[in-house]
Amino acid sequence: MPEKKIRVLIAKPGLDGHDRGAKVIARALRDAGMEVIYTGLRQTPEMIASAAVQEDVDVIGLSILSGAHNTICPQLMNLLREKGMSDVTVLVGGIIPEADISGLKKSGIAEIFLPGTSTQDIVDFIHKLVPRA
Amino acid sequence: MSDKPKGSTQTLTPSEASPHRQPSEKELAWEKNTLQPALKKSPERNYDFTTTSGHPIRRLYTEADLTDWDSGRDLGMPGVPPYTRGIHPTMYRTRLWTMRQFAGFGAAEDTNARFRYLLSQGQTGLSTAFDLPTLMGYDSDHPLSEGEVGKCGVAISSLADMEVLFDKIPLGNVTTSMTINSPAAVIWAMYLAVAEKQGADWKKISGTLQNDILKEYIAQKEYIYPPEPSMRLVIDTFEFGVKNTPKFNTISISGYHIREAGSTAIQELAFTLRDGLEYVEWGMRRGLEVDQFVPQLSFFFNAHNDFFEEIAKYRAARRIWHKAMVERYKSKNPRSWALRFHTQTAGCSLTAQQPYNNVVRTALQALAAVMGGTQSLHTNSLDEAWALPTEFAATIALRTQQIIAHETGVTNTVDPLGGSYFVETLTNEVERGAWDYIEKIDAMGGMVAAIERGYPQREIAEASYRYQVAVDKKEKIIVGVNDFVSDEKPLEILQIDETVAHRQAERLRKLRAERSQAEVDRRLSALRSAAKGTENLMPFIFDAVKSYATLGEICDAMRDVFGTYEEVAIT
Repeated sequence: MPEKKIRVLIAKPGLDGHDRGAKVIARALRDAGMEVIYTGLRQTPEMIASAAVQEDVDVIGLSILSGAHNTICPQLMNLLREKGMSDVTVLVGGIIPEADISGLKKSGIAEIFLPGTSTQDIVDFIHKLVPRA
Repeated sequence: MSDKPKGSTQTLTPSEASPHRQPSEKELAWEKNTLQPALKKSPERNYDFTTTSGHPIRRLYTEADLTDWDSGRDLGMPGVPPYTRGIHPTMYRTRLWTMRQFAGFGAAEDTNARFRYLLSQGQTGLSTAFDLPTLMGYDSDHPLSEGEVGKCGVAISSLADMEVLFDKIPLGNVTTSMTINSPAAVIWAMYLAVAEKQGADWKKISGTLQNDILKEYIAQKEYIYPPEPSMRLVIDTFEFGVKNTPKFNTISISGYHIREAGSTAIQELAFTLRDGLEYVEWGMRRGLEVDQFVPQLSFFFNAHNDFFEEIAKYRAARRIWHKAMVERYKSKNPRSWALRFHTQTAGCSLTAQQPYNNVVRTALQALAAVMGGTQSLHTNSLDEAWALPTEFAATIALRTQQIIAHETGVTNTVDPLGGSYFVETLTNEVERGAWDYIEKIDAMGGMVAAIERGYPQREIAEASYRYQVAVDKKEKIIVGVNDFVSDEKPLEILQIDETVAHRQAERLRKLRAERSQAEVDRRLSALRSAAKGTENLMPFIFDAVKSYATLGEICDAMRDVFGTYEEVAIT
């Protein structure tokens, strides 16, 4: 029986339109054999949580460069809990000051990937964390 | 120790590598008697000899590379067509480039203090960064602004904020650049209103409005309205500028963001100049005379890591623009032919790891911009892969420019690299590559049509992925990231005061309570009806701004008529 593919939602929350990172990651995860859904730009936490439920994803990858992470991430994590999606792995990539990392992890973000991370490291991280059926 | 990158060994001789070259007897003899024995004894490094953009570079360039090149036609003299050597006959011997550091954070009073600090440190022009709500045409108290107020730039929601931003800065004496696109007409109206209040003469004030909506659809994605009405607003500002502010650059046609989105140098050049041609054509369709409005168009390029590729790009840009103005649009005014540009060093090249290395990267990139003949320059700060710059980091960035200007000696002569076999060949190749793209986009029916079919977006996404793969495979080395890695202490970074959003909301509440709501409503409804017709909207926007209608209210009035734009995401 073929392995079930890992399903990933790549989301770009907030008002920022710099989508280079989100697109590169979407393509790298797809090339690594995952099923990737890209939300497009300017998604509110509500839109991202609903898409995660609808698409039944294993992983959500948020790309945030604008400094709005401390507002967006806790909101999304609360919504996921309310929707019974606490088991989904949430990753953040982007420009995140080191001082904010522990707070984000406490709110339930599994890992934060800073500029310079190789796409292979992200693929490996997902494979380690998300069991394939 | 460094791992060896996996490239192909370049063992071809110059004449084998390029069959079109016609090397001299002397060169062929050198290949046979000197080069071949040397290669046999010690082969070249196992390295991929290409530019940052992946453009192949040969071992050696000689006169054989320039057989079709005519120094009179292709190089010329500085200050005259085709402007390869620069747009001024004396370049930096008469006047240095404008040192213009992009700054903006928090509320208007925070950025006003940074502006005044930078001017006191010898900066010669201002450049304003706006926060994301402002860039997207939302007031600071809009629900979508939550978490974003004052973060990526300064929060400006009304003329009242703009008055604080330029408090005690005489707009008659300083030139100001404003990085704003979709709501550019509104922010510009606010700026003009402040200038008017200060008693500055609109005919004399100077500065630059970014106002380049096409690159927003292509790269940076901060658009509000669909392309058609957005282009109308841009042409409205051109028309208004010709009549009222003849010294103001009404647009800064920007390759910077295209490059940051991951394009190659050739794509940056090609898409930017094709955007420029698109604006010229829309202006002419409005009935404007080419030589009336084109002198107010300016450009903005990136300065990335590859030193010579960047220099070739700037030189090729001037040549392409001159050719297009003269041949396509029959321009008669040399002021329309000379491409003037601002440069910013590449933000995307900065590393979060070993951040002090970024000072070195920025210095080399800035040097390329100067060797390429830039008119103004922003140098990034070492901490920008982490946050907006601290005052300490921003000062080093400014000092970097001052060191290039006053210590390196590169300003002593015009176009110091002119006539170099390599630089002239690369300039030719970059120019040819750009023309190929420009002609492809012409065939699609122009840039708006190309954007609608996702063409430039797809080309950039491809290039950006190719680059990432090359970095991941270590075919391209980034010091401190995929090689020469070491541990380091975290930097001290700028903390944005979290009370900004609250202060802004309070200020807006007070503004709405104190202004004449009837007057605001009347002027917004006049704007709405004008938007439905074909009149120039600048006077209506200016009226609305002066009644202290907010940015969000003015943009909403136009959203009511124009609708909003959603892209089809390409991954």
